[in-house]
Amino acid sequence: MAVSTVPGTTTRARARFLTGTSGYVIRKLSWSLGTLFFVLVFNFFLFRMLPGDPVGLYNRGRNMPAGQMAKLRAQLDQPIGQQFLDYLANPFASTINSTRFNRPVWEIVGERVWPTVMLVGTAILIASVAGVWIGIRSAWRRGSGFDRGATSITLVLYAMPEFWLGMMFLIAFPFFPSGGITTPDDGSMVDVAWHMVLPVTSLALVYLAEYSTIMRASLLDELGQDYLQLARAKGLKDDLVRRRHAVPNALLPTMTLILMNLGFVIGGAITVETVFSWPGLGLLSYEALRGPDIPLLQAIFLLFSIGVVVFMLIADLLYAIIDPRVSSS
Amino acid sequence: MVPMTSAAAIVRARRRATLTRFWHDYRGHKTGIAGLAILGFFVLVAIFAPLLADPTGLDITKATAPAHMAPSAGNPLGTDENGRSILTLLIHGTRMSLLVGLAATVIAMVIGTAIGVMAGFYSGRTRSILNAVSDWFLVIPFLPLAIVMATVLGPSLLNIIIVIGVTSWPGTARLVCAQTLSVRERPYMERAKALGASDWHQMTRHVLPNVMPLVMAHVVLTVSIAILSETTLSFLGLGDPTRPSWGYILDHAFSTGAMTNNEWWFVMPPGICVVLVVLAFTLIGRTLEAVLNPRLKETR
Repeated sequence: MAVSTVPGTTTRARARFLTGTSGYVIRKLSWSLGTLFFVLVFNFFLFRMLPGDPVGLYNRGRNMPAGQMAKLRAQLDQPIGQQFLDYLANPFASTINSTRFNRPVWEIVGERVWPTVMLVGTAILIASVAGVWIGIRSAWRRGSGFDRGATSITLVLYAMPEFWLGMMFLIAFPFFPSGGITTPDDGSMVDVAWHMVLPVTSLALVYLAEYSTIMRASLLDELGQDYLQLARAKGLKDDLVRRRHAVPNALLPTMTLILMNLGFVIGGAITVETVFSWPGLGLLSYEALRGPDIPLLQAIFLLFSIGVVVFMLIADLLYAIIDPRVSSS
Repeated sequence: MVPMTSAAAIVRARRRATLTRFWHDYRGHKTGIAGLAILGFFVLVAIFAPLLADPTGLDITKATAPAHMAPSAGNPLGTDENGRSILTLLIHGTRMSLLVGLAATVIAMVIGTAIGVMAGFYSGRTRSILNAVSDWFLVIPFLPLAIVMATVLGPSLLNIIIVIGVTSWPGTARLVCAQTLSVRERPYMERAKALGASDWHQMTRHVLPNVMPLVMAHVVLTVSIAILSETTLSFLGLGDPTRPSWGYILDHAFSTGAMTNNEWWFVMPPGICVVLVVLAFTLIGRTLEAVLNPRLKETR
């Protein structure tokens, strides 16, 4: 799950034709669009690949409203090429409603985006600040008691399924709400924050393990560089060498990797939202797969993929702005 | 020493010497030894599972104890919602979790090595296409992809192995590709080519043996991720419903309200087992990396 891709290495083959900053942007954009196209192809064909009547996959032996069934039949009776074109034209507007909620898929997904953004955003914010701080301290005094302690705790946290951590929190702290986003007759900010404590902590602890490892490794990479030697030779204090020279350079790859590891973050959100019945996209995925509710599942998968690809693109472009060496090479 | 030593004997002697040196280096890492010890314990539990706990205890219809019982002398970890001993489930779950983790890793390793070697060995269009495919699998969020695939294929032991294997190879492919690129430029590759070696011969006889040691370290780390993935997918109900694994126990604990009933004995043990096994594989993998990749010794 820990993906550490070095930005800028993806499309080396075409680099000869497209050089310079505009070439870099075009390359990254076309790569993102290509990736999304393959998500669409995959999403469409995966559910039509199996032998037998595809209707069986959609309703799994349950009753479906007659109108829905007729629509689904009409859609599936068309030539596969035509179906694919229809799908491409509007991938979120499935012909049939969600089989679980019997409402248009796009509507349901739209309602669930905000709670997930709020939960995951808070967790990432806390985890990245704390993780970067721990990573800097460990790398700067490598082999110290702090480093050894932090590394062991990180390894254990990394080995932990985040949903299990959440389940243990629920048992250990019964005075916190066991789930949901608000208490029925209360909707204040304080109440929401109170509901967020446990899920955010479970997510943040596991993300923190990831982020501090990345920060530590990238600062260690910088520590061997010649310019730090020069900074010390100039007579700069150790603290200044770290703050002004080493850390800013090490932060670059860390920030991009945090953006790029959104896939890892999504995995955590699915299980933790399930444990805490947090009404976001993660819980929706769980509800969709338990059915299984195929139209809904397809839409969620597409949405998650778009999210990851967009963040990847932002990371690549940001990286080029902050570090011009990337786009000029 | 007999003067007419055959080539095979020399090779064997060299391999033995390498292994001895490797073990000597490995032994120097305390954490690596700790990892081996933890893993050894769980492997023994998995092998002797039928002796440690009667497999009939897994059968819902044969369970006699009351459901949701607290730990007692007869059931040291209490019972689940069907009156089965949780300890029995845990012992047999060890088998499933290790089996799925290892089998999925084998699939990932085979796909990853094949694609990585080819992407590194050939240049031009072949490499671009192969790299594009592994990039795609790297970018697409793992869990949603696995959920979609597992839902379509249906829950069974074989399917969960396939799903995890097919989604976790791109890291290996990337590593193997980078290694192959550096091996490709070495003089003996040119020599082999000049002597008329086919692509297949060059890849299997010259590239693979040089790439494998690093792949091994990576593979061990892949097992730990595969076991975590198995736990997550089983927790979501996508595992084999007839064969208990650690994730399966957590799924049942969650869906029968173990947390609101304060049944820590239902929730805690499977999680601790996961943490220990994943940690063991991580420690072994890191030690292997340090032993096999001397460049890391200085920096990390």
